Amino acid sequence: MIDIKQAHKIFNKGKANQVNAINGVDLHIDSKEFVVIVGSNGSGKTTLLNLVAGSVLPSSGSISIDGNDVTKLPDYKRSEWIARVFQNPLSGTASDLSILDNFRLAAIRTKVKGLSVGINEQFKKQVKDKIATLGMGLENKLEQPMGTLSGGQRQALTLLMSVMDTCQVLLLDEPTAALDPHSAKVVMETADKLIKDFNLTAILITHNLKDAFTYGTRIIQMGEGKILKDMPSEKEAALKQNDLFDWFG
Amino acid sequence: MDFYLATLVQGLCFSGVALGIFISMKIFNIPDITTGGSYTLGGAVTGMMLTHNHSAYTVLLVVIVAGAISGAITGVIHTKLKINALLAGIIVMTGLYSINLTVMGRSNIPLNNIPTLFSLINISSNPNQNTFLVLLLFVLLLTLIIGYLLKTDFGISMRATGSSETMIRALGVNTDAMKIIGLAIANALTAVSGYLITQSQGYADINMGVSIVIVGLGSVVIAEVFINWLHITSIWLSLSLALLGAIAFEFAVAVTLDLGVDATLLQLVTAIFVLLIVGLPRLSFKTSS
Ligand SMILES: Nc1ncnc2c1ncn2[C@@H]1O[C@H](COP(=O)(O)OP(=O)(O)OP(=O)(O)O)[C@@H](O)[C@H]1O
Ligand SMILES: [Mg+2]
Repeated sequence: MIDIKQAHKIFNKGKANQVNAINGVDLHIDSKEFVVIVGSNGSGKTTLLNLVAGSVLPSSGSISIDGNDVTKLPDYKRSEWIARVFQNPLSGTASDLSILDNFRLAAIRTKVKGLSVGINEQFKKQVKDKIATLGMGLENKLEQPMGTLSGGQRQALTLLMSVMDTCQVLLLDEPTAALDPHSAKVVMETADKLIKDFNLTAILITHNLKDAFTYGTRIIQMGEGKILKDMPSEKEAALKQNDLFDWFG
Repeated sequence: MDFYLATLVQGLCFSGVALGIFISMKIFNIPDITTGGSYTLGGAVTGMMLTHNHSAYTVLLVVIVAGAISGAITGVIHTKLKINALLAGIIVMTGLYSINLTVMGRSNIPLNNIPTLFSLINISSNPNQNTFLVLLLFVLLLTLIIGYLLKTDFGISMRATGSSETMIRALGVNTDAMKIIGLAIANALTAVSGYLITQSQGYADINMGVSIVIVGLGSVVIAEVFINWLHITSIWLSLSLALLGAIAFEFAVAVTLDLGVDATLLQLVTAIFVLLIVGLPRLSFKTSS
Protein backbone atom coordinates (compact mmCIF):
# COMPACT_ATOMS: atom_id res chain seq x y z
CA MET A 1 0.00 0.00 0.00
CA ILE A 2 2.75 2.41 1.01
CA ASP A 3 6.27 2.13 -0.35
CA ILE A 4 9.06 4.36 0.83
CA LYS A 5 12.46 3.91 -0.83
CA GLN A 6 15.69 5.47 0.45
CA ALA A 7 13.88 8.56 1.75
CA HIS A 8 15.96 11.43 3.09
CA LYS A 9 14.70 14.73 4.45
CA ILE A 10 17.12 17.50 5.22
CA PHE A 11 15.77 20.75 6.66
CA ASN A 12 17.71 24.02 6.14
CA LYS A 13 20.28 22.33 3.93
CA GLY A 14 23.70 23.95 3.99
CA LYS A 15 22.80 26.33 6.79
CA ALA A 16 24.13 26.32 10.33
CA ASN A 17 20.85 24.88 11.59
CA GLN A 18 20.73 21.95 9.14
CA VAL A 19 18.73 18.96 10.43
CA ASN A 20 18.83 15.53 8.85
CA ALA A 21 15.34 14.59 10.01
CA ILE A 22 15.02 11.44 7.88
CA ASN A 23 18.18 9.49 7.07
CA GLY A 24 17.53 6.84 4.47
CA VAL A 25 14.27 5.14 5.39
CA ASP A 26 13.10 2.07 3.48
CA LEU A 27 9.63 1.02 4.48
CA HIS A 28 6.97 -1.11 2.90
CA ILE A 29 3.53 -1.20 4.47
CA ASP A 30 0.99 -3.71 3.21
CA SER A 31 -2.68 -3.02 2.76
CA LYS A 32 -4.60 -3.28 6.05
CA GLU A 33 -1.47 -3.23 8.18
CA PHE A 34 -1.72 -1.15 11.36
CA VAL A 35 1.77 0.15 12.06
CA VAL A 36 2.65 1.72 15.39
CA ILE A 37 5.70 4.01 15.42
CA VAL A 38 7.54 4.79 18.64
CA GLY A 39 10.76 6.68 19.31
CA SER A 40 12.20 9.56 21.29
CA ASN A 41 11.41 13.22 20.67
CA GLY A 42 12.93 14.53 17.46
CA SER A 43 13.58 11.05 16.06
CA GLY A 44 11.71 11.92 12.86
CA LYS A 45 8.33 10.25 13.41
CA THR A 46 6.19 13.24 12.47
CA THR A 47 8.45 14.04 9.53
CA LEU A 48 8.02 10.48 8.25
CA LEU A 49 4.24 10.82 8.52
CA ASN A 50 4.41 14.20 6.76
CA LEU A 51 6.39 12.57 3.95
CA VAL A 52 3.63 10.01 3.50
CA ALA A 53 0.94 12.73 3.65
CA GLY A 54 2.82 15.07 1.35
CA SER A 55 2.91 18.11 3.63
CA VAL A 56 6.70 17.66 3.49
CA LEU A 57 8.41 16.56 0.27
CA PRO A 58 11.54 14.34 0.47
CA SER A 59 15.01 15.71 -0.30
CA SER A 60 15.71 12.42 -2.05
CA GLY A 61 14.15 8.99 -2.37
CA SER A 62 10.71 7.98 -3.57
CA ILE A 63 7.28 7.36 -2.11
CA SER A 64 4.39 5.51 -3.66
CA ILE A 65 0.86 4.89 -2.45
CA ASP A 66 -1.35 2.16 -3.84
CA GLY A 67 1.06 1.74 -6.74
CA ASN A 68 1.12 5.45 -7.66
CA ASP A 69 4.35 7.39 -7.46
CA VAL A 70 3.44 10.35 -5.25
CA THR A 71 6.97 11.58 -4.48
CA LYS A 72 6.30 15.08 -5.84
CA LEU A 73 2.55 15.21 -5.22
CA PRO A 74 1.44 17.95 -2.76
CA ASP A 75 -0.62 17.02 0.31
CA TYR A 76 -3.96 18.22 -1.05
CA LYS A 77 -3.66 15.83 -3.97
CA ARG A 78 -2.89 12.85 -1.73
CA SER A 79 -6.17 13.24 0.14
CA GLU A 80 -7.53 10.86 -2.48
CA TRP A 81 -6.06 8.04 -0.37
CA ILE A 82 -5.14 9.59 2.95
CA ALA A 83 -7.03 10.91 5.95
CA ARG A 84 -5.18 12.41 8.93
CA VAL A 85 -5.58 13.02 12.61
CA PHE A 86 -3.06 15.53 13.92
CA GLN A 87 -1.21 15.79 17.21
CA ASN A 88 -2.89 19.15 17.78
CA PRO A 89 -6.70 18.78 17.98
CA LEU A 90 -7.05 22.29 16.50
CA SER A 91 -5.33 21.24 13.26
CA GLY A 92 -7.80 18.57 12.20
CA THR A 93 -10.96 20.66 12.33
CA ALA A 94 -11.89 24.25 11.46
CA SER A 95 -12.85 26.17 14.63
CA ASP A 96 -14.94 28.85 12.92
CA LEU A 97 -17.08 26.35 11.04
CA SER A 98 -19.97 24.37 12.45
CA ILE A 99 -19.65 20.65 13.13
CA LEU A 100 -21.90 20.10 10.14
CA ASP A 101 -19.73 22.19 7.80
CA ASN A 102 -16.65 20.31 8.98
CA PHE A 103 -18.32 17.00 8.25
CA ARG A 104 -19.49 18.21 4.86
CA LEU A 105 -15.91 18.97 3.85
CA ALA A 106 -14.79 15.59 5.15
CA ALA A 107 -17.54 13.88 3.16
CA ILE A 108 -16.13 15.32 -0.08
CA ARG A 109 -12.44 14.89 0.77
CA THR A 110 -11.72 13.02 -2.45
CA LYS A 111 -14.17 15.01 -4.58
CA VAL A 112 -14.44 18.41 -6.23
CA LYS A 113 -15.75 21.15 -3.93
CA GLY A 114 -18.35 22.49 -6.31
CA LEU A 115 -20.86 25.29 -6.52
CA SER A 116 -23.82 23.41 -5.13
CA VAL A 117 -25.13 23.28 -1.59
CA GLY A 118 -24.36 19.82 -0.25
CA ILE A 119 -25.84 20.07 3.22
CA ASN A 120 -29.43 18.86 3.20
CA GLU A 121 -31.71 17.06 5.66
CA GLN A 122 -30.50 13.65 4.55
CA PHE A 123 -26.88 14.64 5.07
CA LYS A 124 -27.69 16.09 8.49
CA LYS A 125 -29.31 12.85 9.53
CA GLN A 126 -26.36 10.83 8.29
CA VAL A 127 -23.92 12.98 10.31
CA LYS A 128 -26.18 12.91 13.34
CA ASP A 129 -26.31 9.11 13.34
CA LYS A 130 -22.56 8.86 12.90
CA ILE A 131 -21.83 11.24 15.76
CA ALA A 132 -24.33 9.51 18.02
CA THR A 133 -22.14 6.39 17.92
CA LEU A 134 -19.54 8.27 19.97
CA GLY A 135 -21.94 8.61 22.87
CA MET A 136 -20.64 12.09 23.68
CA GLY A 137 -23.99 13.85 23.21
CA LEU A 138 -22.62 15.88 20.32
CA GLU A 139 -25.30 14.77 17.88
CA ASN A 140 -27.56 17.61 18.98
CA LYS A 141 -24.93 20.29 18.50
CA LEU A 142 -24.45 20.03 14.74
CA GLU A 143 -24.82 23.76 14.16
CA GLN A 144 -22.38 24.70 16.91
CA PRO A 145 -18.94 26.01 15.87
CA MET A 146 -16.18 23.41 16.24
CA GLY A 147 -14.26 25.96 18.33
CA THR A 148 -16.71 25.56 21.20
CA LEU A 149 -15.80 21.88 21.71
CA SER A 150 -13.04 20.39 23.84
CA GLY A 151 -9.85 18.92 22.39
CA GLY A 152 -11.01 15.36 23.07
CA GLN A 153 -14.36 15.93 21.41
CA ARG A 154 -12.66 17.46 18.40
CA GLN A 155 -10.17 14.61 18.10
CA ALA A 156 -13.00 12.05 18.23
CA LEU A 157 -14.91 13.97 15.55
CA THR A 158 -11.77 14.23 13.38
CA LEU A 159 -11.58 10.44 13.49
CA LEU A 160 -15.18 10.06 12.38
CA MET A 161 -14.59 12.65 9.66
CA SER A 162 -11.78 10.56 8.22
CA VAL A 163 -14.19 7.82 7.18
CA MET A 164 -16.93 10.12 5.86
CA ASP A 165 -15.43 9.65 2.39
CA THR A 166 -13.59 6.64 0.94
CA CYS A 167 -10.34 6.25 2.81
CA GLN A 168 -7.51 3.81 2.42
CA VAL A 169 -4.77 5.16 4.64
CA LEU A 170 -5.28 6.69 8.08
CA LEU A 171 -2.40 8.63 9.65
CA LEU A 172 -2.57 9.25 13.38
CA ASP A 173 0.11 11.49 14.93
CA GLU A 174 -0.15 11.18 18.70
CA PRO A 175 -3.92 11.65 18.49
CA THR A 176 -4.31 11.44 22.26
CA ALA A 177 -1.30 13.50 23.34
CA ALA A 178 -3.40 16.51 24.37
CA LEU A 179 -6.22 14.54 25.98
CA ASP A 180 -7.15 13.41 29.48
CA PRO A 181 -6.99 9.63 30.12
CA HIS A 182 -10.72 9.07 29.62
CA SER A 183 -10.95 10.98 26.30
CA ALA A 184 -7.72 9.33 25.20
CA LYS A 185 -9.28 5.92 25.74
CA VAL A 186 -12.43 6.85 23.80
CA VAL A 187 -10.37 8.22 20.91
CA MET A 188 -8.04 5.21 20.72
CA GLU A 189 -10.88 2.72 20.89
CA THR A 190 -12.79 4.62 18.20
CA ALA A 191 -9.68 4.67 16.02
CA ASP A 192 -9.10 0.94 16.45
CA LYS A 193 -12.72 0.16 15.65
CA LEU A 194 -12.77 2.35 12.53
CA ILE A 195 -9.50 0.85 11.27
CA LYS A 196 -10.98 -2.63 11.60
CA ASP A 197 -14.48 -1.80 10.33
CA PHE A 198 -13.22 0.07 7.26
CA ASN A 199 -10.21 -2.17 6.55
CA LEU A 200 -7.85 0.78 6.71
CA THR A 201 -4.10 0.81 6.39
CA ALA A 202 -3.01 2.82 9.40
CA ILE A 203 0.07 4.41 10.94
CA LEU A 204 -0.08 5.49 14.57
CA ILE A 205 2.62 7.50 16.33
CA THR A 206 2.49 7.26 20.07
CA HIS A 207 4.51 7.88 23.22
CA ASN A 208 2.05 5.80 25.18
CA LEU A 209 3.59 2.47 26.09
CA LYS A 210 0.25 0.82 26.72
CA ASP A 211 -1.24 1.93 23.41
CA ALA A 212 1.83 0.73 21.54
CA PHE A 213 1.36 -2.63 23.22
CA THR A 214 -2.41 -2.84 22.77
CA TYR A 215 -2.92 -1.65 19.22
CA GLY A 216 -1.49 -2.41 15.80
CA THR A 217 -0.17 -5.33 13.83
CA ARG A 218 3.42 -4.15 13.58
CA ILE A 219 5.66 -1.94 15.64
CA ILE A 220 8.52 0.23 14.47
CA GLN A 221 11.06 2.10 16.55
CA MET A 222 12.70 5.19 15.09
CA GLY A 223 15.86 6.99 16.13
CA GLU A 224 17.82 9.79 14.50
CA GLY A 225 15.79 9.62 11.32
CA LYS A 226 16.23 5.88 10.83
CA ILE A 227 14.21 2.77 11.49
CA LEU A 228 15.95 1.04 14.39
CA LYS A 229 13.62 -1.88 14.99
CA ASP A 230 10.73 -3.29 12.98
CA MET A 231 8.70 -6.14 14.39
CA PRO A 232 5.61 -7.91 12.99
CA SER A 233 2.53 -8.65 15.03
CA GLU A 234 3.29 -12.24 16.06
CA LYS A 235 6.53 -11.26 17.68
CA GLU A 236 5.00 -8.12 19.10
CA ALA A 237 2.51 -10.28 20.97
CA ALA A 238 5.40 -12.19 22.47
CA LEU A 239 7.16 -9.00 23.54
CA LYS A 240 7.11 -8.22 27.16
CA GLN A 241 6.03 -4.75 28.16
CA ASN A 242 9.46 -4.28 29.67
CA ASP A 243 11.19 -4.98 26.36
CA LEU A 244 8.96 -2.44 24.73
CA PHE A 245 9.77 0.01 27.45
CA ASP A 246 13.42 -0.08 26.37
CA TRP A 247 12.37 0.92 22.86
CA PHE A 248 11.19 4.26 24.10
CA GLY A 249 14.58 5.08 25.54
CA MET B 1 -31.33 64.81 -2.65
CA ASP B 2 -32.36 64.85 0.95
CA PHE B 3 -29.73 64.19 3.58
CA TYR B 4 -30.87 60.72 4.68
CA LEU B 5 -31.53 59.39 1.21
CA ALA B 6 -28.16 60.67 -0.04
CA THR B 7 -26.37 59.00 2.84
CA LEU B 8 -28.31 55.78 2.38
CA VAL B 9 -27.41 55.73 -1.32
CA GLN B 10 -23.77 56.32 -0.47
CA GLY B 11 -23.85 53.50 2.08
CA LEU B 12 -25.46 51.12 -0.40
CA CYS B 13 -22.81 51.96 -2.99
CA PHE B 14 -20.18 50.92 -0.46
CA SER B 15 -21.77 47.53 0.15
CA GLY B 16 -19.44 45.94 -2.42
CA VAL B 17 -16.44 47.15 -0.45
CA ALA B 18 -18.00 45.92 2.78
CA LEU B 19 -18.65 42.45 1.33
CA GLY B 20 -15.18 42.42 -0.22
CA ILE B 21 -13.41 43.28 3.02
CA PHE B 22 -15.67 40.81 4.84
CA ILE B 23 -14.38 38.08 2.53
CA SER B 24 -10.70 39.03 2.65
CA MET B 25 -10.51 39.94 6.33
CA LYS B 26 -13.17 37.89 8.10
CA ILE B 27 -13.15 34.78 5.93
CA PHE B 28 -9.52 34.58 4.82
CA ASN B 29 -7.86 36.53 7.64
CA ILE B 30 -5.93 38.47 5.01
CA PRO B 31 -5.59 42.26 5.40
CA ASP B 32 -6.04 43.29 1.78
CA ILE B 33 -4.96 46.80 0.83
CA THR B 34 -5.50 46.23 -2.91
CA THR B 35 -8.98 47.63 -2.15
CA GLY B 36 -7.99 51.27 -2.71
CA GLY B 37 -6.69 50.48 -6.19
CA SER B 38 -9.40 48.09 -7.31
CA TYR B 39 -12.13 50.48 -6.16
CA THR B 40 -10.67 53.29 -8.25
CA LEU B 41 -10.13 50.81 -11.09
CA GLY B 42 -13.88 50.08 -11.01
CA GLY B 43 -14.57 53.82 -11.16
CA ALA B 44 -11.99 54.47 -13.88
CA VAL B 45 -13.30 51.70 -16.14
CA THR B 46 -16.86 52.90 -15.56
CA GLY B 47 -16.03 56.53 -16.36
CA MET B 48 -14.00 55.68 -19.44
CA MET B 49 -16.44 53.12 -20.87
CA LEU B 50 -19.64 55.03 -20.17
CA THR B 51 -18.25 58.14 -21.86
CA HIS B 52 -17.41 55.90 -24.83
CA ASN B 53 -21.07 54.92 -25.06
CA HIS B 54 -20.86 51.37 -23.73
CA SER B 55 -23.93 50.12 -21.92
CA ALA B 56 -23.86 50.01 -18.13
CA TYR B 57 -24.30 46.21 -18.28
CA THR B 58 -21.22 45.68 -20.44
CA VAL B 59 -19.33 48.03 -18.17
CA LEU B 60 -20.36 45.99 -15.13
CA LEU B 61 -18.90 42.82 -16.63
CA VAL B 62 -15.60 44.52 -17.47
CA VAL B 63 -15.45 46.08 -13.99
CA ILE B 64 -15.94 42.68 -12.33
CA VAL B 65 -13.22 41.07 -14.46
CA ALA B 66 -10.79 43.99 -13.92
CA GLY B 67 -11.33 43.93 -10.15
CA ALA B 68 -10.93 40.16 -10.04
CA ILE B 69 -7.65 40.31 -11.96
CA SER B 70 -6.17 42.90 -9.60
CA GLY B 71 -7.17 40.81 -6.57
CA ALA B 72 -5.78 37.66 -8.16
CA ILE B 73 -2.45 39.41 -8.77
CA THR B 74 -2.22 40.30 -5.08
CA GLY B 75 -3.12 36.68 -4.29
CA VAL B 76 -0.41 35.29 -6.56
CA ILE B 77 2.23 37.64 -5.12
CA HIS B 78 1.16 36.69 -1.59
CA THR B 79 0.91 32.91 -2.01
CA LYS B 80 3.45 32.06 -4.70
CA LEU B 81 6.19 34.56 -3.84
CA LYS B 82 5.40 34.22 -0.11
CA ILE B 83 5.26 37.98 0.33
CA ASN B 84 3.36 39.42 3.29
CA ALA B 85 -0.24 40.12 2.28
CA LEU B 86 -0.11 43.79 3.33
CA LEU B 87 3.00 44.36 1.22
CA ALA B 88 1.53 42.44 -1.73
CA GLY B 89 -1.57 44.65 -1.55
CA ILE B 90 0.47 47.85 -1.36
CA ILE B 91 2.53 46.79 -4.38
CA VAL B 92 -0.57 46.11 -6.49
CA MET B 93 -2.36 49.23 -5.27
CA THR B 94 0.63 51.38 -6.18
CA GLY B 95 0.86 49.83 -9.63
CA LEU B 96 -2.87 50.25 -10.14
CA TYR B 97 -2.57 54.03 -9.69
CA SER B 98 -0.74 54.28 -13.02
CA ILE B 99 -3.09 51.78 -14.66
CA ASN B 100 -6.10 53.79 -13.47
CA LEU B 101 -4.62 57.03 -14.74
CA THR B 102 -3.91 55.37 -18.10
CA VAL B 103 -7.46 54.01 -18.29
CA MET B 104 -8.93 57.42 -17.48
CA GLY B 105 -6.51 59.46 -19.57
CA ARG B 106 -6.93 62.33 -17.10
CA SER B 107 -7.52 62.62 -13.40
CA ASN B 108 -11.28 63.20 -13.49
CA ILE B 109 -14.06 62.02 -15.80
CA PRO B 110 -17.46 63.73 -15.35
CA LEU B 111 -20.43 61.73 -16.63
CA ASN B 112 -22.58 64.77 -17.63
CA ASN B 113 -25.97 63.16 -18.14
CA ILE B 114 -24.63 60.07 -19.88
CA PRO B 115 -27.01 57.10 -19.40
CA THR B 116 -26.07 55.05 -16.34
CA LEU B 117 -27.38 51.94 -14.61
CA PHE B 118 -29.72 54.24 -12.70
CA SER B 119 -31.29 55.68 -15.85
CA LEU B 120 -31.44 52.34 -17.68
CA ILE B 121 -33.76 50.84 -15.08
CA ASN B 122 -36.92 52.76 -14.20
CA ILE B 123 -38.75 51.81 -11.06
CA SER B 124 -39.77 55.21 -9.77
CA SER B 125 -40.37 58.49 -11.61
CA ASN B 126 -38.45 60.39 -8.96
CA PRO B 127 -34.79 60.03 -10.09
CA ASN B 128 -33.40 60.06 -6.55
CA GLN B 129 -35.83 57.43 -5.37
CA ASN B 130 -35.14 55.47 -8.54
CA THR B 131 -31.41 55.45 -7.81
CA PHE B 132 -32.12 54.25 -4.30
CA LEU B 133 -34.46 51.46 -5.40
CA VAL B 134 -32.17 50.25 -8.20
CA LEU B 135 -29.27 50.21 -5.73
CA LEU B 136 -31.31 48.35 -3.16
CA LEU B 137 -32.20 45.64 -5.69
CA PHE B 138 -28.64 45.48 -6.92
CA VAL B 139 -27.22 45.09 -3.41
CA LEU B 140 -29.83 42.48 -2.55
CA LEU B 141 -28.87 40.46 -5.59
CA LEU B 142 -25.17 40.81 -4.78
CA THR B 143 -25.74 39.65 -1.21
CA LEU B 144 -27.83 36.70 -2.36
CA ILE B 145 -25.11 35.59 -4.76
CA ILE B 146 -22.31 35.89 -2.18
CA GLY B 147 -24.43 34.33 0.57
CA TYR B 148 -25.29 31.40 -1.65
CA LEU B 149 -21.67 31.01 -2.72
CA LEU B 150 -20.54 30.80 0.91
CA LYS B 151 -23.09 28.06 1.58
CA THR B 152 -21.93 25.84 -1.27
CA ASP B 153 -19.26 23.17 -0.88
CA PHE B 154 -16.84 25.58 -2.54
CA GLY B 155 -17.81 28.31 -0.09
CA ILE B 156 -17.34 26.06 2.94
CA SER B 157 -13.85 25.25 1.61
CA MET B 158 -13.19 28.99 1.33
CA ARG B 159 -14.23 29.54 4.93
CA ALA B 160 -12.18 26.56 6.11
CA THR B 161 -9.10 27.93 4.32
CA GLY B 162 -9.20 30.98 6.57
CA SER B 163 -9.91 28.91 9.67
CA SER B 164 -7.57 25.90 9.51
CA GLU B 165 -5.19 25.52 6.62
CA THR B 166 -3.73 22.19 7.77
CA MET B 167 -7.21 20.71 7.96
CA ILE B 168 -8.47 21.87 4.61
CA ARG B 169 -5.29 20.83 2.78
CA ALA B 170 -5.62 17.37 4.29
CA LEU B 171 -9.18 17.40 2.93
CA GLY B 172 -7.97 17.98 -0.61
CA VAL B 173 -8.10 21.75 -1.12
CA ASN B 174 -5.30 23.75 -2.73
CA THR B 175 -5.22 26.63 -0.24
CA ASP B 176 -3.06 28.87 -2.45
CA ALA B 177 -5.58 28.65 -5.28
CA MET B 178 -8.37 29.25 -2.77
CA LYS B 179 -6.76 32.44 -1.47
CA ILE B 180 -6.15 33.73 -5.00
CA ILE B 181 -9.79 33.10 -5.92
CA GLY B 182 -10.94 34.65 -2.64
CA LEU B 183 -8.96 37.84 -3.20
CA ALA B 184 -10.23 37.95 -6.78
CA ILE B 185 -13.83 37.79 -5.57
CA ALA B 186 -13.18 40.39 -2.84
CA ASN B 187 -11.66 42.87 -5.28
CA ALA B 188 -14.30 42.23 -7.93
CA LEU B 189 -16.86 43.25 -5.30
CA THR B 190 -14.79 46.30 -4.40
CA ALA B 191 -14.54 47.32 -8.05
CA VAL B 192 -18.34 47.01 -8.28
CA SER B 193 -18.56 49.61 -5.51
CA GLY B 194 -16.38 51.90 -7.63
CA TYR B 195 -18.77 51.26 -10.52
CA LEU B 196 -21.81 52.15 -8.43
CA ILE B 197 -20.41 55.24 -6.76
CA THR B 198 -19.12 56.67 -10.04
CA GLN B 199 -22.60 56.48 -11.53
CA SER B 200 -24.31 57.73 -8.39
CA GLN B 201 -22.03 60.77 -7.88
CA GLY B 202 -21.65 61.40 -11.63
CA TYR B 203 -17.86 61.29 -11.98
CA ALA B 204 -14.79 59.13 -11.60
CA ASP B 205 -11.73 60.55 -9.88
CA ILE B 206 -8.20 59.18 -9.65
CA ASN B 207 -8.16 59.83 -5.90
CA MET B 208 -11.58 58.37 -5.09
CA GLY B 209 -10.03 55.28 -3.46
CA VAL B 210 -7.88 57.08 -0.93
CA SER B 211 -9.89 56.29 2.18
CA ILE B 212 -11.94 53.39 0.90
CA VAL B 213 -10.08 50.72 2.90
CA ILE B 214 -11.13 52.41 6.10
CA VAL B 215 -14.78 52.44 4.96
CA GLY B 216 -14.65 48.69 4.35
CA LEU B 217 -12.79 48.03 7.58
CA GLY B 218 -15.19 50.26 9.51
CA SER B 219 -18.22 48.42 8.10
CA VAL B 220 -16.81 44.99 8.89
CA VAL B 221 -15.65 46.05 12.33
CA ILE B 222 -19.12 47.38 13.16
CA ALA B 223 -20.56 44.08 11.93
CA GLU B 224 -18.01 42.13 13.93
CA VAL B 225 -18.98 43.86 17.17
CA PHE B 226 -22.52 42.55 16.72
CA ILE B 227 -21.43 39.13 15.44
CA ASN B 228 -19.33 38.57 18.56
CA TRP B 229 -21.79 40.16 20.92
CA LEU B 230 -24.78 38.14 19.71
CA HIS B 231 -22.73 34.99 18.87
CA ILE B 232 -23.98 35.05 15.30
CA THR B 233 -22.97 32.07 13.16
CA SER B 234 -25.40 32.49 10.27
CA ILE B 235 -23.74 33.57 7.02
CA TRP B 236 -26.80 35.54 5.92
CA LEU B 237 -26.92 37.53 9.14
CA SER B 238 -23.19 38.19 9.04
CA LEU B 239 -23.35 39.49 5.46
CA SER B 240 -26.40 41.63 6.27
CA LEU B 241 -24.57 43.07 9.24
CA ALA B 242 -21.61 43.99 7.04
CA LEU B 243 -24.03 45.85 4.73
CA LEU B 244 -25.70 47.56 7.64
CA GLY B 245 -22.21 48.36 8.88
CA ALA B 246 -21.46 50.21 5.63
CA ILE B 247 -24.67 52.23 5.96
CA ALA B 248 -24.12 52.93 9.66
CA PHE B 249 -20.59 54.01 8.89
CA GLU B 250 -21.75 56.44 6.21
CA PHE B 251 -24.34 57.87 8.58
CA ALA B 252 -21.75 58.38 11.27
CA VAL B 253 -19.56 60.26 8.79
CA ALA B 254 -22.47 62.30 7.40
CA VAL B 255 -23.68 63.27 10.86
CA THR B 256 -20.16 64.31 11.82
CA LEU B 257 -19.98 66.57 8.79
CA ASP B 258 -23.48 67.87 9.47
CA LEU B 259 -22.43 68.80 12.99
CA GLY B 260 -20.09 71.32 11.40
CA VAL B 261 -16.81 69.41 11.55
CA ASP B 262 -14.47 70.84 8.92
CA ALA B 263 -14.32 68.59 5.82
CA THR B 264 -10.52 68.78 5.87
CA LEU B 265 -10.63 66.92 9.19
CA LEU B 266 -12.94 64.22 7.82
CA GLN B 267 -10.25 61.57 7.35
CA LEU B 268 -8.97 62.14 10.87
CA VAL B 269 -12.46 61.89 12.30
CA THR B 270 -13.06 58.68 10.31
CA ALA B 271 -9.79 57.18 11.53
CA ILE B 272 -10.61 58.01 15.16
CA PHE B 273 -14.12 56.66 14.72
CA VAL B 274 -12.82 53.29 13.49
CA LEU B 275 -10.23 53.24 16.26
CA LEU B 276 -13.03 53.74 18.78
CA ILE B 277 -15.17 50.86 17.45
CA VAL B 278 -12.16 48.54 17.28
CA GLY B 279 -10.67 49.67 20.57
CA LEU B 280 -13.62 50.09 22.92
CA PRO B 281 -14.75 46.44 23.06
CA ARG B 282 -11.16 45.37 23.76
CA LEU B 283 -10.77 47.87 26.56
CA SER B 284 -13.97 46.75 28.28
CA PHE B 285 -13.09 43.05 27.80
CA LYS B 286 -9.77 43.65 29.50
CA THR B 287 -11.25 45.16 32.62
CA SER B 288 -13.90 42.45 32.94
CA SER B 289 -11.58 39.46 32.54
N1 LIG C 1 9.79 22.26 9.30
C1 LIG C 1 10.95 21.97 9.93
N2 LIG C 1 12.02 22.79 9.79
C2 LIG C 1 13.20 22.51 10.40
N3 LIG C 1 13.40 21.43 11.17
C3 LIG C 1 12.38 20.57 11.34
C4 LIG C 1 11.11 20.80 10.74
N4 LIG C 1 10.28 19.78 11.08
C5 LIG C 1 11.00 18.96 11.87
N5 LIG C 1 12.27 19.43 12.04
C6 LIG C 1 13.35 18.79 12.80
O1 LIG C 1 13.44 17.44 12.41
C7 LIG C 1 13.69 16.60 13.51
C8 LIG C 1 12.62 15.53 13.58
O2 LIG C 1 11.38 16.15 13.95
P1 LIG C 1 10.01 15.36 14.08
O3 LIG C 1 8.95 16.36 14.31
O4 LIG C 1 9.86 14.45 12.92
O5 LIG C 1 10.26 14.50 15.40
P2 LIG C 1 9.26 13.54 16.19
O6 LIG C 1 9.89 12.20 16.18
O7 LIG C 1 7.90 13.65 15.64
O8 LIG C 1 9.33 14.14 17.65
P3 LIG C 1 8.18 14.27 18.77
O9 LIG C 1 8.11 12.94 19.45
O10 LIG C 1 8.72 15.31 19.68
O11 LIG C 1 6.91 14.67 18.11
C9 LIG C 1 13.73 17.49 14.73
O12 LIG C 1 15.08 17.77 15.02
C10 LIG C 1 13.03 18.75 14.28
O13 LIG C 1 13.55 19.86 14.94
MG1 LIG D 1 5.98 14.47 16.39
